[in-house]
This record gives sequence, C-alpha cells and structure tokens, in this order.
Amino acid sequence: MSRYYTEDHEWIEVDGDAATVGITDYAQGQLGDIVFVELPAAGTKLTKGKDAAVVESVKAASDVYSPVTGEVTEANPALEEDPALVNTAPETEGWFFRATIDDMGELDGLMSEAKYKEFVAGL
Amino acid sequence: MNEAAMDTETETAEAPETGTLPLDAWHRANGARMVEFAGYSMPIQYTGIVAEHDWTRESAGLFDVSHMGQLTISSGEGAEENAATALERLLPGNIAGLKPGRMRYSLLLNDDGGILDDLIVTNLGSDTGQTLGIVVNGAMKWDDIAHLREHLPDAITLNLHDDRALLALQGPKAAAVLDNLVPGTRQLTFMTAAAFEWQGVPLWVSRAGYTGEDGFEISLPEDGAAAFADALIADDRVKPVGLGARDSLRLEAGLPLYGHDLSPETDPVSAGLGFALSKKRRESGGWMGHGTCVTRLADGCAERRVGLVLSGRLPAREGAAVMHGETQVGRVTSGGFSPTLGHPVAMAYVASEHAAEGTELTLDVRGRRLDARVAPMPFVPHKYYRGEA
Repeated sequence: MSRYYTEDHEWIEVDGDAATVGITDYAQGQLGDIVFVELPAAGTKLTKGKDAAVVESVKAASDVYSPVTGEVTEANPALEEDPALVNTAPETEGWFFRATIDDMGELDGLMSEAKYKEFVAGL
Repeated sequence: MNEAAMDTETETAEAPETGTLPLDAWHRANGARMVEFAGYSMPIQYTGIVAEHDWTRESAGLFDVSHMGQLTISSGEGAEENAATALERLLPGNIAGLKPGRMRYSLLLNDDGGILDDLIVTNLGSDTGQTLGIVVNGAMKWDDIAHLREHLPDAITLNLHDDRALLALQGPKAAAVLDNLVPGTRQLTFMTAAAFEWQGVPLWVSRAGYTGEDGFEISLPEDGAAAFADALIADDRVKPVGLGARDSLRLEAGLPLYGHDLSPETDPVSAGLGFALSKKRRESGGWMGHGTCVTRLADGCAERRVGLVLSGRLPAREGAAVMHGETQVGRVTSGGFSPTLGHPVAMAYVASEHAAEGTELTLDVRGRRLDARVAPMPFVPHKYYRGEA
C-alpha cells in the first residue's frame, strides 16, 4: 500500500486498484471544528479534480475534490455520527470514502508524504 | 480541499487597501490566525472557534473591534441646532431624549426606508445633546461618514477617531474582571457608559456588546491598547476571541449583521427592528425613511426576518433558499452551527404568511432539503445586566 497527497490537501491510500481518501491533518487544522461531512454515496462516479464531498466547519463549507477518477464503493459511516473524527483522526479513522481507480496513471502527478510535508512547510 | 473565504462585510469603493489595526502585533504574538475583514487584517481565531465561543459563554472573551468606526458629532456653544436634533433627521431613534451616559441602538435609513447601517449612539455627557458618540460598522464607516456629512448642517462637527482602539470584554465573568482592573465599572448597567482611567490611560467604558452576554466595550487611545489587553488576559478568566466566534455568538443571540441580515434592500419593520422606531418619532416624523416605515407598520410587510432552527447537523449558510413545498418563500441571510445548542440555526427573510413561529419549512442546501422550523430569537437567551432586581 502506498499513500499519496494532493495540493488541495487530500490524501489517497492505494491498495491494488482500490483507494481510501481523506483530508490531511493540515487541512483539518485550517478548517477548524468540523460539524458535518457530506459524503458521496456508493456508486457515485468520481472525476479527478472534481467535487467529491463537502466539509462543513463552524466557519464555512469547503469542497473536497477527488484525487482520482473512479467509483465510490463505500462512504465512512462513522462520520455521520461523529464528524469531529476528521479533526481528531484525519488520516486514520476520519477517512471519507473508498473508491475504485480507473486509471492508475493518475497517481503519477500526486505527491509522496515527504513531498507533501515540504509543500505544506512552504505555505 | 478548497476553503471558502469567510463572508466579509460589504466592501466600499473608498476603503483603502488592507489596513493594520493598533493590536495587529498583539494578535500575532497571541497566536491569532489573521484574515482580511472590513478592509483590515483581523484575527479570525486563536485556539479554535468553538473553544473561544464556549469560553465567552462560560467566562470572559476579549475581542478587538477596532475596525469599527468611532465617530463623534458635536455642536458648539451657541450653535443654531444641537447635534442630537440634527442627527434625528437621519435616523428613527429618540436621540434628543437620550440622557448623559445613555446609549441607544439605531439605524441610518435612506429616503425609501432602506437600512444604510446599524449603529449605537451615546450621549457623551452634555445634557443638551451637544456631543454624541456613534459607533458604526467597520466596512460601512466611509459610506456613513459621507452620508452624515452630506446631510448634517455645516455647523455640526463630525470626527472619526481612528487613533482609538475598541475592545470588547464579554461573558459572565467580564464584570468581575473589569471591575478588578478598573474599579467602578461594574456599577454601569446595560446600555450606559462613562469615563474611567487605567494607569493614566483614559477609557470610555460602555456596558454593551454583540454576543448576548453581559459585557463591556472599552474605547481607548491606540497607544495604551496593547498594555490594557495584556492586563486583561493576565487574568485567567479572560482569553482572546476572534471574529469566527464573534459571528457564532451574535447569531445565537439573534443579532443581525449588517451586509448580511440588513442592507439597503431591507427596512426596519421587515427586519424585526421596530423597537428602534421610537414611538414618539413614529408620530412626529421628520426623518429619512419615515413614510415607508409607517406604511409597513400599518399595512404589514411582504417578508420578515425570522429565526430558523434546523434538524440534523448540516448548517444552511447565507444564500440558501427557504422552501414551502416546491415554492421558494425566502432566503437565508446568516446561518451556521450553534456551538451552545449543538445544532444549526439560521436567520432568514421569509414571506410574511410563512413567518409565524412554529411554521415548518425546508431549506435547500446543495440540492438537499433540510427541515427547519421558524423559532423565536434570541436562540440563546440574552444575559444583559440591567441592575440589581
């Protein structure tokens, strides 16, 4: 399994042609207290770079983009009960959805963890 | 992830590029995240909006509101008309009857009754109403000054005190904290003000605020502001609070925000601010917008500002459509998650026939329909100090 990051602060963990997607710790820190996460239903078609979910914090609503093109297989049911999981465990239990990946080549443009850390440090 | 910028007050053409307020360095030293708001760099939060919100409801929050316009208008000895009478032509409040040290919420209106700004007028001490203090919204101050100058007689002096800071200390422990530092301030009651001094720094202290809590606003020269703010947060009961919590607190308190819940397209009657139309002046008239307001009071208005309590956890923000069945009957002007109540609330303008308390409506948020019910405001009770019972 390997994990990649986007410039929009999503992470994607890849296992074969299956992926798990969430937002990074940096992202949750910027958003502040999260009160609701609107997730795509299983079967939703995803397009790389297009809206996939919406995070509502106390401050504002923010779009989350899909890092890859594919299809949602599962949304994280735990976030319905406890959206604050995104604040407390953004890169583990606070994942957003699982999806299939249509084109593995789309992963090429994403950052490694080391690259992402460098990217955030420069913000 | 794309963080939508926090809504800002309506900008004005005359507003300069992002300005710096007296406590800018103080905020940064205290860990604030700064954003542009009303033309200034301002703290949106320090530790987190919910923590700051809760702290204000439970203890005491310190807010910097130096972006607001602190104006005075005055008429010299022997002037043909005093400042209060002159100002009364531009707003619907009884200003001439305001006793020294008393404050009143009022509205600048245009000829059609549209709201140009909301503000607080204080009689700064003369029993003849010769000098008045006015605090206006930061984003509107340049427009307000232009409007006032255009309509006030030349003999009336108008000053903007941009060399002064304005701090707010709000919450159930605010009175004890401030009185410890500035003895005597706890004697003030809600909507009264007086001059005090702290370590040689002259303070103008008002018992008022924008959170629904008991609290104070303190106007002081900018040079003394950082030291005074330090003295306040040296008390463990006080923490600095940013604009994010200021917005959630005022929303829970049912207090409208200019540029969102109030605008030139809204009037005092539709906005539910009839209390600002003094009975005496409704009858006497002689103020801009009087005709519209009297007509709306007599005949009713097409829509009204209401409170909405939402089911579920998804907030409806400004701009969300208010629906009755498949018909749009209004729009949300402010909305968010209420930390105190644990569910979302909103303010909206809704067609009068759907504005009665208890009316069940739905809100359209990105194609979803959220259940909402018209509810009385404030959502969280006010706790103003009106003197010992």
